[in-house]
Amino acid sequence: MDFNLTEEQEAFRDEVRRFLDENLPPEEERDDMFQLKWGKLVREKRWVGFSWPKQVGGGGGSIMEQAILKEEMAARRAPPLGTCIMGLAWVGPAIIQYGTQDQKDRFIEDILDAKYQWCTGYSEPDIGSDLASLQCKGVREGEHFVVNGQKTWTSLAQWAKWMILLVRTKPDAEKKHDGITCLLVEMDSPGITVAPIQNMSKQPFFAEVFFDDVKVPVSNLLGQEGQGWQITIGALANERSGISEVTGLLRELDLLKELAHNSQIDGRPALEDARVRRRIAEYETRVAAMRFNGLRYLTKQIRGEPLGSETSVNKLHTAHIEKYTAEFALELQGSYGAIAPGGKHPIDRGRWQKEALGWCTAVIGGGTPNIQKNIIAERILGLPHD
Amino acid sequence: MNFGFTEEQEMLRAEVRKFLDSKAPLEEVRKIMESEEGYSPKLWEEMAQLGWLGLLVPEEFGGAELTWVDLTVLLEETGRSLYPSPLLACILAVIALCENGSAEQQQRWLPGLADGSRIFSVALQEADDRLSPEGIQTTGRREGGRLVLRGEKHFVPFAAAAQHFVVAFRNSEQPDDVSLAIVDRDADGVEVSDTGSIDTTKRFGVLTLSDVSLPENCVLGKSSPAGWPAIARLFDHAAATVTAEAVGAAEGGHALIVEYAKQRMQFGSLIGRYQGVKHPLAEMYVDIESIKSLLYYAAWCLDESPDEAPLYVSMSKAYASDAFTRIGIDGIELHGALGYTWEYDAQLYLKRSKWVKSAYGGSDHHYDRVADLGGL
Repeated sequence: MDFNLTEEQEAFRDEVRRFLDENLPPEEERDDMFQLKWGKLVREKRWVGFSWPKQVGGGGGSIMEQAILKEEMAARRAPPLGTCIMGLAWVGPAIIQYGTQDQKDRFIEDILDAKYQWCTGYSEPDIGSDLASLQCKGVREGEHFVVNGQKTWTSLAQWAKWMILLVRTKPDAEKKHDGITCLLVEMDSPGITVAPIQNMSKQPFFAEVFFDDVKVPVSNLLGQEGQGWQITIGALANERSGISEVTGLLRELDLLKELAHNSQIDGRPALEDARVRRRIAEYETRVAAMRFNGLRYLTKQIRGEPLGSETSVNKLHTAHIEKYTAEFALELQGSYGAIAPGGKHPIDRGRWQKEALGWCTAVIGGGTPNIQKNIIAERILGLPHD
Repeated sequence: MNFGFTEEQEMLRAEVRKFLDSKAPLEEVRKIMESEEGYSPKLWEEMAQLGWLGLLVPEEFGGAELTWVDLTVLLEETGRSLYPSPLLACILAVIALCENGSAEQQQRWLPGLADGSRIFSVALQEADDRLSPEGIQTTGRREGGRLVLRGEKHFVPFAAAAQHFVVAFRNSEQPDDVSLAIVDRDADGVEVSDTGSIDTTKRFGVLTLSDVSLPENCVLGKSSPAGWPAIARLFDHAAATVTAEAVGAAEGGHALIVEYAKQRMQFGSLIGRYQGVKHPLAEMYVDIESIKSLLYYAAWCLDESPDEAPLYVSMSKAYASDAFTRIGIDGIELHGALGYTWEYDAQLYLKRSKWVKSAYGGSDHHYDRVADLGGL
């Protein structure tokens, strides 16, 4: 065991810190002009798509350097490296791994430059956690796939220019997983209708998407016909390694401590209350466990062992923290906890209320906690499938 | 950055596991725990020959001079096997001597610890069970150039088996004025009684010191006697040993339930197919993985980053205490009535979890320390 950085890694960390000292103003001074400038700067540094191969325009960075970069960025609350959210998270990696040269040429640079947004067509009205049973149909007709069906809970659909879409192309495949194909679909194709859905905070963050004889050229087939499931599983696992989020959770912990410092229970400082102290200590311990889990998984990756289902461990920790931290913060606020974020003088400008109503994306997107538990039970412990 | 074990450490793990699987399977553990001594002198000697008792002892005193991380590997495996022995107590004596003993004291006691010929125990706590300087009320007064100890030490691991005790005592009323001394079992005024433990693989007892007179050179210290910081570090090492054995034991108990869930049929289906069974098993896996991560980092801190050690030792002990408690209880419940029997092994893990949660601070104690260290 060794938690020290090599000389090159230290030099890289110092380079990142210097860059942040020189280019990152305090949070209150970060206006739209800054965001534009920031986007250009980090793109020039090749820190967008940092771990992607240099041939496709990425940074060619190592796994360890990527962890350093993300940690340093998160510690200073720097804006994200690149703004094409889904494109960077999983469309890009999927295209790099499975795409044709033509697809790489057409899409990767646009993702790095955030020319437009991508969305992901996975869930359907009757198909959520049981994704492999999806019904949206794709039929090969000459040089096109003709798509009919519906997707739902599609984040960013109304703003996205492209979608990565899963369709069933072989309804009679012996294993349902083998009948699924991955297509790249332009959102303004004739036959696509987007109907936004409001979330509980009244924001139209996701949408239903309808497909009525939508023609997708065969050149937009990602990977092979029937390979869609494999591509998706790889991409979702990609989403779960989650090292940098720990830094964000540590900042959250500081805010929670600050709130506790300023709170009283029945006229006495909340920090004298053993339960309050214990709950904060439990939070801190869970975040530390996540950090060290992440470092153990990172070590595995550095040693060249593939990351498998163990990344569901931290996903479950995240879900626990997301669900119960804001809840605890509201409890500390007593009656003030019920003031709406936009109401009269909520404590901490309503941030805990917003979180108490806003954790769903992190907890449910990419597989609910129950699905994560199934993954661990079946793929790691070897228990029988449902 | 490398948060994994070396090849040598993995080899050590494999060797220990092989040894314990062949020499101390659970049917043998049951015999040992029911025996009068509560451990197997024969296996103790074999472990000494394999070099495992002297893992931390410097080479000049016959040890292997390895690190706490190496030791953690050994303890995970003794924990997995629920192996009954005075190992933890002897390790703590080694730490007390290595960190605080004079050259002469090390020369006097370490070789016997390394070759297994001497069994030590540590007597830190007392009847009020406080893990703080205030908890040390046994007095040490000076009389004619000698130290005279008077008091009662509780929760002394494998007290009945020990020939020597590392005893924490108080020099004066000054809050932190406490020290450590080595007391021989056969000195006048020393009495030992077994308390009786839920987990009979983990014996402990009471050490009564009725005006026990010792020469000054039994007080541990290099140029001056070691004080509270040395005892606090001993408590941290103690909690780390318990947690290391807890991870192994929790994993052993978990494996027992997982295997059962893969074989037991009810309602025409393997019970491991039901989410009411598989989800708790997955949660246990999450907890075990997380204790490991916290523990390994804490172990590294004990070797390399002492300032960070208290925080991460407490985090790992707190997390392990609660998680293993749940694993012990759910392990019985998921087996149904079978789990409740003497003959079936699930009860052994449940009882081990009772020892883990209570030894050297439970989750309330350690979470409160995390809160303290985190600025609350």
